[in-house]
Amino acid sequence: MHTLTPYLLLSAGLFCTGLIGVMLRRNAIILLASIELMLNAANINFVAFWRFHPSSEDVSGLVMVLFTIAIAAAEAAVGLALVISIYRHYRTTNPDTLNELKG
Amino acid sequence: MWFEELLISIKASMVLLAPEMVRPLVSALLSSMPILMSFGGLFAMVTLLERKMLGRIQNRLGPNRVGPFGLFQPVADGIKMLTKEDIVPHSADHLIHFLAPLILLVSAMLGLSVIPFGQKLVAVELEAGILFFFAVGGAAELAVFMAGWSSRNKYALLGALRAIAQMISYEIPLILSSIGVLMAAGSLSLVEVVQAQAGGMHAWYIWTPWGFLGCILFLIATLAEVNRSPFDIPEAESELIAGHMTEYSGFKYAVFFLAEFVAMFAMCALTATLFLGGYHAPLPILSFIPGPFWLFLKLILLVLLFIWIRGTMPRLRADQLMEFAWKFMLPMSMANLVATGLWIALDGGVLGWILSAILNGAAYFGWSHLLSRASGVKPRVYQYADDPQTHA
Amino acid sequence: MNLLLTIIALITLASAVAAICLRNLVHCVLCLTLSFAGIALTYLELSAEFVGFAQVMVYIGAVTILVLFALLMTRGGKELHLRSWNPGHWLTGLGAGLGTLGVLLVGIFHSKLREVTPLDTKDESVHALGNSLLDTYVLPMEALAVLLTVALIGAALLAMPERSRPGQTFRKVSSTKEGPVKD
Repeated sequence: MHTLTPYLLLSAGLFCTGLIGVMLRRNAIILLASIELMLNAANINFVAFWRFHPSSEDVSGLVMVLFTIAIAAAEAAVGLALVISIYRHYRTTNPDTLNELKG
Repeated sequence: MWFEELLISIKASMVLLAPEMVRPLVSALLSSMPILMSFGGLFAMVTLLERKMLGRIQNRLGPNRVGPFGLFQPVADGIKMLTKEDIVPHSADHLIHFLAPLILLVSAMLGLSVIPFGQKLVAVELEAGILFFFAVGGAAELAVFMAGWSSRNKYALLGALRAIAQMISYEIPLILSSIGVLMAAGSLSLVEVVQAQAGGMHAWYIWTPWGFLGCILFLIATLAEVNRSPFDIPEAESELIAGHMTEYSGFKYAVFFLAEFVAMFAMCALTATLFLGGYHAPLPILSFIPGPFWLFLKLILLVLLFIWIRGTMPRLRADQLMEFAWKFMLPMSMANLVATGLWIALDGGVLGWILSAILNGAAYFGWSHLLSRASGVKPRVYQYADDPQTHA
Repeated sequence: MNLLLTIIALITLASAVAAICLRNLVHCVLCLTLSFAGIALTYLELSAEFVGFAQVMVYIGAVTILVLFALLMTRGGKELHLRSWNPGHWLTGLGAGLGTLGVLLVGIFHSKLREVTPLDTKDESVHALGNSLLDTYVLPMEALAVLLTVALIGAALLAMPERSRPGQTFRKVSSTKEGPVKD
């Protein structure tokens, strides 16, 4: 009755939603948010595998999730700071229009 | 103990009355009902108390017309709020405008569920109770943003952004100053934190050097976190009308007000739990009086302190507020963590006590000296008031 | 099927889909928040208390607020449409996304892991987690602390307003000449 399948399905669905979001949206901030969604989808798998792991002492799945959360937060901070400074320069957050190397 | 046993047996017998299917639900309802009711009542009393006390501080009487000594003033206020027209701006985002006060209230109420009111009186006993408290507190920032953004009003948006910046900045020293207690108690569970302070007043964490500094930092951060004066910049009437609450009226405004007070009660209860021994009596002889009484007593004393501060201190400027958080509170709470570590490493003996006191004192005096030198602010010189000529 | 989990999963997925479809960007981010909350509930359903609360604290309390601030600072509320209609682009995007979903589904339904049953209880996860963080994983954690500090300082530096240094002319991008820029 209680199996791993629903968690894996949820995770796969979220991952693909995030992927489509990255490919179809045209605002850099929403792109970053979609990437966060994909990272979270991977995290669900880590927690589910931890729960279904036969050993009761091993917590490496949870540790991995904590590290991912911290790195995702750092990534969001730096990424959004970059988007803001790009916006100050070019007055746009559409990644398609940022196609020249000149500052 | 008898009081808790009584409450628990009443609850157990009431749960047994319900049909088998809904028993978990009834049990949860019965656990949360006393919290909701007692804090709703406390809210009404504290609004009156605040107005009375502010009145005394400002040399006037305060509300004294409705009922004896103005005791029914909260009822009159409630009726006024309920019967007022509920205005929603035409261009507002209606759903978000409606949801914001609810989310704020729910997040404030949820924090109360992990506070232990007695040895066995805790609504939800969580292994990571304090983390839950801070996590649901984080939802308040989102609610404030929703209120400010959905109103389509410049004042509301500016007030919300200020409030969020302030809450995020002060959340860091808030959490850092509570970590010392968690280190000493060796647990994230609030139940175990309180049990570590059993046995009378001397066991409370506020009597340790790190606990003392931590408690003061925690209280200051609490003031900022719940937007109380002198940190009530988000709602500074003279600049921003009422901040994120500008476009709310009638009952929704009352819900905001209620949420703010409940958040303050929750933070005060957490302060009492972390530093002031929670539900424990100050002296072991007095422990025949039930635990909830002591917790509420400490809570109300802290609320009185907050009202006193509100009546005394002028409001800070927005940039002063942020500088205070990042340049003073944050380094202080970091130094406090080191002092806590020292105290724990020396097993809390006399040497540990002295060393952590020296460390904290050095951090406080040294850092504030450096900061005041760097800021270049000199003691104020009065041109006329201190002139001996005029006195003569 | 577990009823609670089904409800949580449906809400999470629906709000994630809404987050990438809605036109108003603030609505997108609010839906994304709901999705993060659903993920946190999934962790709690898996009895991973600490990670669930950490998820709420970091994502709902910090990352979402950061994204909303960034949106307001870049006037993001004005982007009212998705990518301009370009069938090739849309087909590639949707195709790649759905293709990945298909591959993942095939992998999931062919895996033997699906028959694994969980242990009845996994208690004391907070204590075990704390011990292993300060024991086995202490070096990665220190590295993570350095990373977070660097990210904090770097983000603050990047987002600081550009100042013209002496002897350097600052090219100001004027928005008055071109009028409001359309994305």
